[in-house]
Amino acid sequence: MSETATPKPTETKKEEKDARNSSIGQALLIPSLAVLSGLIIGAIVIAVSGANVFTAYGALFTGSFGSPTELIEGLRIFFATGDNASLVKAIYPFTESLVTATPYIFAGLSVALGFRCGLFNIGAEGQFFIGALCSAFVGYSIKGLPAYIHLPLALLGGAAGGAFWGMIPGYLKARFGAHEVVNTIMMNWIAFRLSDWLLNGPMKASGFRPVTANVLPTAELPRFFADPLRFNWGFVLALIMAYAVYWLLFKTTIGFEIRSVGANPDASKYAGMNIIKNFVLVMALAGGLAGLAGSSQVLGVDHWVGQGFSAGYGFDAIALALLGKSHPFGVVLAALLFGFLRSGATDMQSMAGIPIDIISIIQGLVIIFIAAPDIIRWLYRIRSLKVENTVLTRGWGK
Amino acid sequence: MTNTNIQQINPKSAKRTQIIYGFVLIVVGLLIYLLFGLNTEAGVLTTFGLNLASSQAIKIPDLVLPALTTVYLMAAIAVFIGAYQLARGIRSTGALIGVIAFTFVVAFLAWAAQDKSFNLAGMLSSTLVRATPIALAALCGVISERSAVINIGIEGIMLIAAQVAVVTASITNNLYVGLIAAIVVGGLVAAFHAFLVIRFKVDQTVSSVAINIFGAGITSFISSRFLQTATDTLNNSGTFPIITIPGLSKIPIIGPMLFENNIIIYMMVLLVIVMHITLFHTPWGLRTRAVGEHPKAADTLGINVYFVRYVNVIIGGMIAGLGGAYFTIGSVGRFDEIMTSGKGFIGLAAMIFGKWNPIGAFTSSLIFGFADSLQVKLQILRVPIPSEFLLMAPYIVTMIILTGVVGRAIPPAADGQPYEK
Repeated sequence: MSETATPKPTETKKEEKDARNSSIGQALLIPSLAVLSGLIIGAIVIAVSGANVFTAYGALFTGSFGSPTELIEGLRIFFATGDNASLVKAIYPFTESLVTATPYIFAGLSVALGFRCGLFNIGAEGQFFIGALCSAFVGYSIKGLPAYIHLPLALLGGAAGGAFWGMIPGYLKARFGAHEVVNTIMMNWIAFRLSDWLLNGPMKASGFRPVTANVLPTAELPRFFADPLRFNWGFVLALIMAYAVYWLLFKTTIGFEIRSVGANPDASKYAGMNIIKNFVLVMALAGGLAGLAGSSQVLGVDHWVGQGFSAGYGFDAIALALLGKSHPFGVVLAALLFGFLRSGATDMQSMAGIPIDIISIIQGLVIIFIAAPDIIRWLYRIRSLKVENTVLTRGWGK
Repeated sequence: MTNTNIQQINPKSAKRTQIIYGFVLIVVGLLIYLLFGLNTEAGVLTTFGLNLASSQAIKIPDLVLPALTTVYLMAAIAVFIGAYQLARGIRSTGALIGVIAFTFVVAFLAWAAQDKSFNLAGMLSSTLVRATPIALAALCGVISERSAVINIGIEGIMLIAAQVAVVTASITNNLYVGLIAAIVVGGLVAAFHAFLVIRFKVDQTVSSVAINIFGAGITSFISSRFLQTATDTLNNSGTFPIITIPGLSKIPIIGPMLFENNIIIYMMVLLVIVMHITLFHTPWGLRTRAVGEHPKAADTLGINVYFVRYVNVIIGGMIAGLGGAYFTIGSVGRFDEIMTSGKGFIGLAAMIFGKWNPIGAFTSSLIFGFADSLQVKLQILRVPIPSEFLLMAPYIVTMIILTGVVGRAIPPAADGQPYEK
């Protein structure tokens, strides 16, 4: 994105440095203020709907981080008696938030990678679902493999499924110029219908409910702690993928091509880059990352797939990518934030009776605020630094 | 969207198109033979009902066809026209697509309904009904994009309007108040989109997506917090009655299809005509198109580009609001979460297939409506295809249409670009 101000050559070194520092400051400031504003408007919605904002946001906090008093109490009991039951209970919300954040990191990276190439991947939802189904299939159907082969194979299956699902709109965009936004959404609906059929037919486990069989223990992502805590290696894998995406985008020729196609397809074409190849490649990689989000959820947390499994991850991912400024590390931070919000919202729903959909409302608002930083600047009276923005404001009105 | 795709008709590409269509027709003929011809029993009849269940003054006899002969005939027609196309060439691609669709669908129905009765009139009638929300979404797209503002947030607008319509109608006990509320809210949400993309020059796709997410979030929030606990008082409005136009509705087949509908469907048809006249035969329409094609030139001639865009996007939102009202007070009388199920996006595909033209958008909506109602009828007939695959049909048709393989269209030149003075 064109967020980093490019200083003019006439400027002195110091001015240049100042400009860069304040630009980084503003790069962090605006997302924070956008989230804050989203939360404030969310609070207004909660208040208007007749609930107590403090109860609601209090439940949101303890649901995502855990209660500090319980944590101290748990530690005291653990050191005094060696009984870790209350300690586990106290850290459960925190680890659960990290578990929720794991698929968000993958899915957010997926959308961010697309943005870098000028492609809007709204299909992370469908890719997530297909990835989960593929991983589950590999996980329960192939028997007798050792874990060090079975687990990578299951992960690879999920990535391949998602990549295939993402590649189709990528190819259609590259070859026919078909708008990827509409096509990825169509692919989402096709994925939902396909999964309805699969879960009620070929992939259905014995029993009443339309769910798959459990994956074999050899295909599960190992967990760090004993049973109630579901924190697993998926989180580490997600961080590794974030670094891999960073490396790909900023340290390789392929990444340079992707970014230049995103910045200016016509110029890149003129420079001899293959636009079709880049579009297909990026959508396949993005699909693969979203597929891995599904895999990590199925192999690390649930161990089976049921209807409605994807539950809005794809749309959340858009907010994450925008919030993280399409930078892999920014996406990780944003994913952690949303992981904590989502995880806490479950408690908010059960304790304060606020439907979990409030998070979608906050997300929609955050996207708007991030996409229109001028609103934030105007709300909080932040002086704009960027030259093009001053031009925009000057251009308004007759 | 870049506009490097203005195609010039050169003899070479015309020749290639001719050959492609010829081969496609022959392949369709063979497919009809392989898929349906080999699976149809000889000597079995297919009955197509031509009367609706409702009492009709003039009854006409049902169409009874021998199934296998019909399938073979359709295969033969496709192959023959394909061969003719290869040899001589037919200019109109529309006619060729028509032949492909007609032969395939008729053969498919003859196969699917062999030895059974299939109510053709009923399906055609439900085609218009099912096309209504798609057509309204497409009209919203047409009017916004003619002034160069992309609105992919139609889905979100329709969801919000659908909920507002049913809640207002339930509280006031008046369906018309609900309808007006839906239209006003649709206009307001669209005004917000216009404000973001015109005033703040937010990326039009990003703003639309935010509206979709916000729309899905707020309607689901309200639904689970208020509507589910008070279904009778807040989410139970009833629906608009069927208005029968005396005389005209007595015409066989098309009478009940066109003249026995509710008010939203009549309004939709009326809007198609009004929008066509406005866009192509009034000064305002000329200004709108000028702003969409070349805003700078329009500005130079004294047209207020921003004003034209605001008005068009807001009117588009009001039309989408009407489409939203159709989902609740126009058809089932209650709100369900995410009940629009992608219709707003399908409407955008209809708009593109209809070449950003009101009448074209309406006609292509009918194709989607047909695919949708066919899918319902086929489930009743117990065709040996899983219903989930039939449900995928409209989405797959949308993707095929977007490739532009059938009838490539050129969007307004300035579509999606913010205007800076």
